[in-house]
Amino acid sequence: MSETDMRKTDVSDVDLADPVLSEGAEPSAADFETEPATASAEDVAELPGSASPEPAYATVRQPIRHDSAIKHVTGAAIYIDDIREPAGTLHLAPGWCPTYAKAKLGSVDLSEVKAAPGVVAVLTKDDVPGINDVSSAMGDDPMLADGEILFWGQVVFCVVATSRDAARRAARLARFEATPETPLITVEDALTADSHVLPEYRFGRGDVDKTLLNTQRRLSGSIAIGGQEHFYLEGQIAMAVPGEDGDMLVYSSTQHPSEVQHTVAKVLGLMEASVVVETRRMGGGFGGKESQANQWAALAALAAHVTGKPCKMRLDRDDDMIMTGKRHDEVATFDVGYDADGRILAVDLAFDSRCGYSADLSLGVNDRTMFHADNAYFYPVVDIVSRRLKTNTYSNTAFRGFGGPQGVIAAERIIDTIAITLGRDPLEVRKRNFYGPGRDVTPYGQTVEDNVLQDLVGKLETSCDYARRRQAVRTFNTRSRILKKGLALTPIKFGISFTLIHLNQAGALVHLYTDGSIHLNHGGTEMGQGLFLKVAQVVAEEFGVSVDQVKITATNTAKVPNTAPTAASSGSDLNGMAALIACREIKGRLVPFLAGEYGVQEDQIAFRDGKVIIGNEAVPLKEVAKKAYLNRIQLSSAGYYKTPKIHWNRDKAEGRPFYYYAYGAACSEVTIDTMTGEMRVDRVDILHDCGKSLNPAIDIGQIEGGFVQGMGWLTTEELVHDAQGRLRTHAPSTYKIPTCSDVPEDFRVELYESPEGNREESIFRSKAVGEPPLMLPASVFSAIVDALASIRPGMVPPLDAPATPEAIMKAVHAMRRGGA
Amino acid sequence: MRDTIRFLRAGKIVELSDVGPTETLLDYLRLREGSCGTKEGCNEGDCGACTVAVGAPHRGTIRYRPVNACIQLLGMLDGKEIVTVEDLADGDILHPVQAAMVDHHGSQCGFCTPGIVMSLFTLYHAGKAADRFAINDCLAGNLCRCTGYRPIVDAAKSVCTGEVGDRFAREADATVGILQFLSDRQDIFIGNDKSFFAAPRTIDSLADLYLRHPDATLVAGATDVGLWVTKQLRKLPKVIHLGRILGMSQIEDIGDAILIGASATFEDAMPHFSAIDPDFGEMMRRVGSKQVRAAGTVGGNVANGSPIGDTPPVLIALGSTVELRKGNESRALPLESFFIDYGKQDRERGEFVAGLMVPKLAANQHLRVYKISKRFDQDISALLGAFRFTVEEGVITEARIAFGGMAGTPRRAYSTEERLIGTEPSKTASWGTAREGLSIDFKPLSDMRASDHYRLETAWALLAKALVELAGAPSEITRVIGRREADAAFQTEALHV
Repeated sequence: MSETDMRKTDVSDVDLADPVLSEGAEPSAADFETEPATASAEDVAELPGSASPEPAYATVRQPIRHDSAIKHVTGAAIYIDDIREPAGTLHLAPGWCPTYAKAKLGSVDLSEVKAAPGVVAVLTKDDVPGINDVSSAMGDDPMLADGEILFWGQVVFCVVATSRDAARRAARLARFEATPETPLITVEDALTADSHVLPEYRFGRGDVDKTLLNTQRRLSGSIAIGGQEHFYLEGQIAMAVPGEDGDMLVYSSTQHPSEVQHTVAKVLGLMEASVVVETRRMGGGFGGKESQANQWAALAALAAHVTGKPCKMRLDRDDDMIMTGKRHDEVATFDVGYDADGRILAVDLAFDSRCGYSADLSLGVNDRTMFHADNAYFYPVVDIVSRRLKTNTYSNTAFRGFGGPQGVIAAERIIDTIAITLGRDPLEVRKRNFYGPGRDVTPYGQTVEDNVLQDLVGKLETSCDYARRRQAVRTFNTRSRILKKGLALTPIKFGISFTLIHLNQAGALVHLYTDGSIHLNHGGTEMGQGLFLKVAQVVAEEFGVSVDQVKITATNTAKVPNTAPTAASSGSDLNGMAALIACREIKGRLVPFLAGEYGVQEDQIAFRDGKVIIGNEAVPLKEVAKKAYLNRIQLSSAGYYKTPKIHWNRDKAEGRPFYYYAYGAACSEVTIDTMTGEMRVDRVDILHDCGKSLNPAIDIGQIEGGFVQGMGWLTTEELVHDAQGRLRTHAPSTYKIPTCSDVPEDFRVELYESPEGNREESIFRSKAVGEPPLMLPASVFSAIVDALASIRPGMVPPLDAPATPEAIMKAVHAMRRGGA
Repeated sequence: MRDTIRFLRAGKIVELSDVGPTETLLDYLRLREGSCGTKEGCNEGDCGACTVAVGAPHRGTIRYRPVNACIQLLGMLDGKEIVTVEDLADGDILHPVQAAMVDHHGSQCGFCTPGIVMSLFTLYHAGKAADRFAINDCLAGNLCRCTGYRPIVDAAKSVCTGEVGDRFAREADATVGILQFLSDRQDIFIGNDKSFFAAPRTIDSLADLYLRHPDATLVAGATDVGLWVTKQLRKLPKVIHLGRILGMSQIEDIGDAILIGASATFEDAMPHFSAIDPDFGEMMRRVGSKQVRAAGTVGGNVANGSPIGDTPPVLIALGSTVELRKGNESRALPLESFFIDYGKQDRERGEFVAGLMVPKLAANQHLRVYKISKRFDQDISALLGAFRFTVEEGVITEARIAFGGMAGTPRRAYSTEERLIGTEPSKTASWGTAREGLSIDFKPLSDMRASDHYRLETAWALLAKALVELAGAPSEITRVIGRREADAAFQTEALHV
């Protein structure tokens, strides 16, 4: 029995089909004499989840559709390129040198650019009044090139013209005098040149060398893991509108409006208070707009500053893919010792990571690779090192999972290596290595307290019919010569919290108006993940209204300042809680006021069904709001939340970087063609832990979408650079993300029935879901390995990611030869 | 001669005289009309965010096909109805397709959604219940990075049931009437001798115009030329569109061969090719996406001479001939002779591709076609192999083999063909030196799609697979995609739509 099972309590969900709770039912006083109110006065001081037994919820935990769904399907949702342009809006296009990945810049002849039709201005670094840097922190990302080209695609100048077409055409007319230098392109290049963008980092425990020397069974191996382009459907875009006093209003498609605000202020030499950044929605982000939206917003603002006109910068898709960073590609090398049952005794693990020309977010990304190099497995003795390599390529950045996926793939390769060598079912070896009692401390010293994997994986193993299908795959492979099948069930354990501790804070702003409508604002951004809806559900729940009564508003740095990026899966955890605190602040003023007005106890007041239940009366919220206003009760509040319990000392590599872990598992079956390397995913079963889901429909969407995105990363999505360092796959014609037919028809996704939900006091006991599912397709990759392994039992297939047909064929040939 | 284009837009006839030769439909919608529901995702016809439906009369009613607005030239829309995402809802009442997308949680970030809605709108109007295969096919050209597609598939299944009852169906007769009214017999010429958009109505006026302006760019579906405009920013001052030419999009079955007009679309040609062999049909299904096939043409695929065009290797293996015309003179030549070298075809100044003759298979002939790409749907081939074997009494008496992606042009494997004569497919020992033949025939290159090594290895694997199948192995045990048996049913059904 797992720890989780033993912690089970008898708390059960209240029946949500209860007619009293359903919409439109008129509540009578009698209902409230027997039913506990959704939010009692006692709750106000507490965070949700701490009260027990659990109350019934009207809005949270419901599969409510995305707040913008109707706008999406009618084309009425406004993205930045759809905002009505103010008269005289100018358009920008980046100018760059298409020849070199590394060069010293001589003179740049812009005369033809300036003379081209429609051109109003051409911006270079000399036009920057403040600091020519768009980095998050390190100061190493020049907005416009300064004397040197550091990667193929670096922006050297920027054209401002009367139309986007004119700007794009003019941007190609520059003549560059440059002295090329030999670029460092690959991980190997950078290792040979000892070129690092950040110092290497290492943590672990015990004496790995000694343990490995004394271990009878020892294996080593390596795997190259490719990068990934975000391919958000809406490319990078920003529009800047100049105001009085040099003020700047910037509409930016960014996951981090505060950082765009700070960057624009830095570049223009303005006070941060002079810059307002607004983000209503993004057409996808996935990490690609966490730090890398800065440059385009800052350029638009610079152009607006120089010309005095509104300026818009929208990158063409190819420019976007050429100029912006991607998921880090890495080479993982391991040396593992294990016992006869496949239990790991010691692991020595190294990651060599291509960071690109600047640091960007590479510190946090590569740390997270290390934090997830264990995935779900206990390494008694371990050493993990990460080298952050500097190359003359785009600066790699955040991408859903933030380095974690590379760690997970390395861990799964270690398990596959042991299982194949021992001739055991890999699932058996996986389970044997799970964290468990007495084996529950991670390589970075955090104790795994909330592990549900034994139970979750057991349930999935049964529901997906693993044992029978394992046998069927074996039988198929003995009979089939050309086609081979593979099956794999892999787990995921993913740490939730920013490992940069100070980012784990959020603010919200809630106004209750006198007509009972509620204005909601917070620091999180909407990129399709349903954050705005989830937070609105929290607010609606608190005030007992339907979500339609909560007005969702654009993220705006003037309303909620100093925010964290919407990243690290933390959006609902942080902003949901901040909004809840704001609501409770307002209710905390209303309840004593109403108790006095109506002469009832505070615990006889509740907010539900659009009414405020005051003793035996049900008063519409708008009447309450009006009455409070007339009695000078403040109906607006800011809320602020910071994640408790977490701390991390990076120098000593100790602490508790994660508030909790999210868990999941997937089982995938594939068929490969050993003549061509083509591969088909036949079936996928997923069981994923969202705690007590805030919105099951939204969460299932995150799981399915994350799975397919991760599957693309590991199969069809390949970034190819030529010897000169030029990215050759910079458009959807050459870079292939999954399309509809890549998703198996047999695709079964379930939420794990979590008896108590999140063990920690998260928002309504839910769990973060943005990133963890991205790693579930490790099962697809391992299933391909499994299929390949059938060619020569006992030999570990040398398959690298992504598993393109060519990569699979390379492994097939190696298996047939009997060596890599 | 008409110096305007006219199309039907949200119930109104729009007539424009100021149409630039390379103005795109997407720019017209977003910049001129201010209809921003249609999105730009990639500007090269690969992501589908800009998908709109184009309506044209077909067998007495109106047929809607999805196209990528980013690479459609505005002038090409003459005589058509343009339906965008803003047009679907009836006041506050969502179109059934939109309602299904909402109900099934089919959107997340929403940026691809307008394009997906429009693709599903065309599937809804296909008038038959859509299964997963048809839905995959419909959505192959619509990339979604958020949802993982499952909810969209569910939405499609729930609404594309074959019952068509929307406003567009109810008003179909009136729409057809208007479009027939717009369909006049005049040539279109907007501009002057230095810069123009022209859309001649007859092949004779095309021949005449092109003779006078041999420097003009001929555009059929613009699925390639569109990218010259949006990506290479090429100035194309003179554009002649082939889509209005009467008879040029005709497909005629003459018994032992099929005649394909140069401006017949992939979509129209597909069922005919499929009837020749299901492998040909499945390969056609994997050419681009629905949007690309609705616009792109077989003639264009041949005329632009790309080394990675998918139809030429198959057409060559079948022994097709291409008909060229210049002024009043025509000539025909074997297709393999048309491709001289990379970027060079046997086409004189002022000469254009008028059509193709594609022989069917004789009773003792067998075709196999394999396309290899990183992604199954809507990808450009790393290589494509097409094999036609003539077999008498279990022995190969003739082989015609052509590959794409293996050289600077689609090319025949002459040495390999020769070495295969006398081979008994069922006896691997008799396959002889065919593999060496491939090394003589091809010296492929490495690029972002595949290495030279993989290409050569796989060319052999495809030949071996063809021989194994010829010996009787069903495709169920030889392929992970493209089941000949299942595809035959799907494709032939398409013939009757």
